[in-house]
Amino acid sequence: MPFTTREIESPDPVTRVVAADAKLRHADDDIGEKMVLNMGPSHPATHGVLRLVLELDGEIITKATPDIGFLHRGDEKIAENMQYNQFVPYTDRLDYLAPLSNNVAYALAVEKLMGWEIPPRGQAIRTICCETSRISSHLLGLGAMALDLGAMTAFLYTFTEREKLYDLFELLTGARFTTSYTRVGGQIRDLPENFISRLEKFLDGFIPQLDEIDKLLTRNRIFVDRTRDIGVIPKDRAIAYALSGPNLRGSGIEHDLRRKNPYLDYDNYDFDVVIGSAGDCYDRYLVRIEEMRQSVRILRQVIDKLPSGPINVVDWKNMTPPKSRVMTKMEELIHHFIVVTEGLDAPPGEVYFAAENPKGELGFYINSKGGGVPHRLKIRAPSFVNLSILPELLPGCMVSDVPAVLGSLDFVMGECDR
Amino acid sequence: MDYFLITTSLLKIVGMLFIVILPMVSYSVYAERRVSAFMQDRLGPNRVGPAGLFQPIADIFKLLLKEDFSPRHVNTFYYWLAPCLALVPAIITIAVVPFGSTLLGVPMVIADINVGILYVFAIASLGVYGIVLAGWASNSKYPFLGGVRSSSQMISYELSLGLAVIPVFLLVGNLRLTSVVRYQIEHGWMIAPFIGDWMNLGKWLLAIPMIISFVVFTIAVFAETNRLPFDLPEAEQELAGGYHTEYSSMKFALFFLGEYAAMISGSEVIVTLFLGGWHFPGIPDGSHGWIFGVINIAVFFAKVAALIFVFMWVRWTLPRFRYDQLMRLGWLFFFEIALVNIFLVAIIVAYFRF
Repeated sequence: MPFTTREIESPDPVTRVVAADAKLRHADDDIGEKMVLNMGPSHPATHGVLRLVLELDGEIITKATPDIGFLHRGDEKIAENMQYNQFVPYTDRLDYLAPLSNNVAYALAVEKLMGWEIPPRGQAIRTICCETSRISSHLLGLGAMALDLGAMTAFLYTFTEREKLYDLFELLTGARFTTSYTRVGGQIRDLPENFISRLEKFLDGFIPQLDEIDKLLTRNRIFVDRTRDIGVIPKDRAIAYALSGPNLRGSGIEHDLRRKNPYLDYDNYDFDVVIGSAGDCYDRYLVRIEEMRQSVRILRQVIDKLPSGPINVVDWKNMTPPKSRVMTKMEELIHHFIVVTEGLDAPPGEVYFAAENPKGELGFYINSKGGGVPHRLKIRAPSFVNLSILPELLPGCMVSDVPAVLGSLDFVMGECDR
Repeated sequence: MDYFLITTSLLKIVGMLFIVILPMVSYSVYAERRVSAFMQDRLGPNRVGPAGLFQPIADIFKLLLKEDFSPRHVNTFYYWLAPCLALVPAIITIAVVPFGSTLLGVPMVIADINVGILYVFAIASLGVYGIVLAGWASNSKYPFLGGVRSSSQMISYELSLGLAVIPVFLLVGNLRLTSVVRYQIEHGWMIAPFIGDWMNLGKWLLAIPMIISFVVFTIAVFAETNRLPFDLPEAEQELAGGYHTEYSSMKFALFFLGEYAAMISGSEVIVTLFLGGWHFPGIPDGSHGWIFGVINIAVFFAKVAALIFVFMWVRWTLPRFRYDQLMRLGWLFFFEIALVNIFLVAIIVAYFRF
């Protein structure tokens, strides 16, 4: 049974040797011969387990074939076998650099199916989650891009800031990395007492730090030389490949789901959609820097307007009742039992909900036939879609440009492979 | 036979190698880690011994005890030769550099030969063989790319290196490195020729091309020693280590030490050519007493250490160049500047009759 293309072409070893020999005889000189370079899956610049098969002419890439799937865990299939709330921890592991906003996006998708809307305070808390994780994710994106270009110090500066954000996440959710904060219909807990003051303190300290990183890189001649006019994505190609997030906006397209299709309470806040002009690596870098400033702006407004009141859907006929009541009241105890064993009673139907995540448009398509588990759940992962442009983007670049392009696309393989 | 000469030379070689160079190489690795930590808000190695001072010893033990693994597909002879070729030229360059005035009547230079700077260039350019052979003998794609990059990089920057020192020798009129230092004692340091002769307009004019020369030379030394922003041959994030990808244990350490040894010898040459060598204004030379001889040596190594700090500072601040940008910079910018600079100095020297 042949299982490689080579074996199909020449089934037995003798024919294969003869064929290889004939091929060698024909290649009488090495001029014009191309070298195939295997980059990844464990390579410092590929941020995880992306494998690129590059065909090189000297140092210039003539063909690039991305090979993905090394981190495939079958998240979508797993979702079909568990209740809606049980899938929340799996969303942490999609874009593991912004777990909170994945939690929020998933919860919003299921709530759309249920037809629920959570109270204003809950929405404000979710906005805080989304924007802090956007800052955290962009910081890592920038830092890793700088690191790939050889500027290690900027990477560590961004990590110091991320560390402070992780402290905030820990305060909020009890975990630094895998937060699993949201449930369908709300959050597991309200903001801790000192959370807002610590968030304000972080924001005050963050802007000067961001300015410093900005100063270290933005006008650095070597950095500009390495990124400007490298990996240019023109507007039409960006749309044709369905890019999203900063990669799309870097090409100059004003598309931000927070503005185009406001979810949560984003239409209450004042912020600018940042766009680039040329669509090169430098523009994508600048978009990320500026988006962090906009996130800070949004966060300050959320803090100012933070409403009081309940954080979860008030009518808990269909969701887990508050713990205090479960322990004391019969009705709620029965409810809790039903919801935990059978899951939410979702109506049949299908929904698609997409949120503007740090990496781009994270969408959940849920097909429900009623009952506690989805019949089919599809994740529209921005990293997967953004990476699809690589075979078009890389040819013509040099090997040294690969880290710049990959760094500026800012992908996470956990999300890409799902 | 001049037994005195032989004995003192041997003493100087052994002293230089085992008391100065090897500890300096291993401690500059330590310094690099501490300096980078300082710049990045970290602590750096501080566990082994007081303030982590025994860290280099621990590192060397670790590297010695690691498995010395050679892949099967390498060309064994060159694979073994390459690490030696990377370290040895860097160390023997130091032979002609005067690291002090005199100590008890013995000149503090191992070999005061009359082709000093030519010797430095000849030996330093051998260093490229270590990297090229490592890249080639490893028989693997990433090291190969690293080796190719390094050979073209070093050849390109050797030109600016050579051209940038010509102004120095236009002034000195002699290739011997001790006479370069002697000249600087009498006429002021190369980058500040106006010292001691403040009212001379010509000296102030001369300072401009000399500073350009110094900058070009220093940058070319960066490129020669493969330090960031010119560390393309190893380029961790692109070539996953480049030429030393296939090396392990002490062979890898030799490359590592070779890079630092090259940095130290490069700094020593810069100090000798442009920064007055062991001379510091107001401190007499060793003929006035042995204590001054010792101070001269200390001054020399203090200057070297300051330059090494600059090397580290730059490394932890700047991103890396791309291969073609590096070539463009070398051939279209530094080469021209160095060339024009020679004429500038020649005109000034001819006009003011230095």
